[in-house]
Amino acid sequence: MPTLTRWFIKSALVYLAAALLLALLLALPSSINLPLFVRFMNPVYFHLFLVGWVTQMIFGVIYWMFPIITRAQPRGNEQLGWVSFICLNVGLLLRVIGEPLVAVRPEVGWGWVLVVSALLQWVGIVLFVFLAWPRVKEKYRGG
Amino acid sequence: MPRLSLWIIRAALVYLLLGITIGSLLLAHKGIPFYPLLWGWLPAHIELLLMGWIVQLTLGVAFWILPRYWQRPRRPSEQYARIAFVLLNVGIWLVVAGTTFRAGVWVLFVGRLVEMGAVLFFAAHAWGRVVSREGA
Repeated sequence: MPTLTRWFIKSALVYLAAALLLALLLALPSSINLPLFVRFMNPVYFHLFLVGWVTQMIFGVIYWMFPIITRAQPRGNEQLGWVSFICLNVGLLLRVIGEPLVAVRPEVGWGWVLVVSALLQWVGIVLFVFLAWPRVKEKYRGG
Repeated sequence: MPRLSLWIIRAALVYLLLGITIGSLLLAHKGIPFYPLLWGWLPAHIELLLMGWIVQLTLGVAFWILPRYWQRPRRPSEQYARIAFVLLNVGIWLVVAGTTFRAGVWVLFVGRLVEMGAVLFFAAHAWGRVVSREGA
């Protein structure tokens, strides 16, 4: 299994655990006093689950198992894959911090965190699609 | 990877790009509001990513990787999987039309119905391929 795949899949597992932990907190009755920002973390829960877990797991498996391009460069530009991984994860973590913060304290002016988060996640995914596209092909038969 | 999987997986990747673009705009707008009408695109964001990306990618990979038969055709009832691909994509756009473009509740209903048809056709294709190594 390539190193990048290991990072994608292990991160995905961590996000799954984090998503379920958050789901647990969100399921607590409102009589239990949680910090206010937790109550605004429903969208964060969905995105930890669907971006952090599902999409990253898929990315890891695609990078590992889709048909290779050539023997010389089987999985395309690996550095691009790392940039994608970093952008996606930094972007998602910024969302985890920024979204409840903006909801609870809109006057503080942290909205730019969400803009940066959106941009990083978008770049991370576009780069991965660019990397994966040539590997959506029939089996490599040499040459 | 068989030709039909190429089409299905490429379509899934295109939906991923569309869905994440809408999602990124929504998130940025949440941070620094610039176009309130964007919220009308939330159902499209969800539909494109759940059905267009995740479900479609799963079907494409399943068509490729589920056990094949020893005799030809190696992937039986391939036409069912082709029909599923067409129905799924028609269904997705009907749902987007019915929600984001407010084409009417019946458009949304038909969209969901067509998506259900896609799943049934794919199941009809794949059912016989979900077997052990001995074919049991």
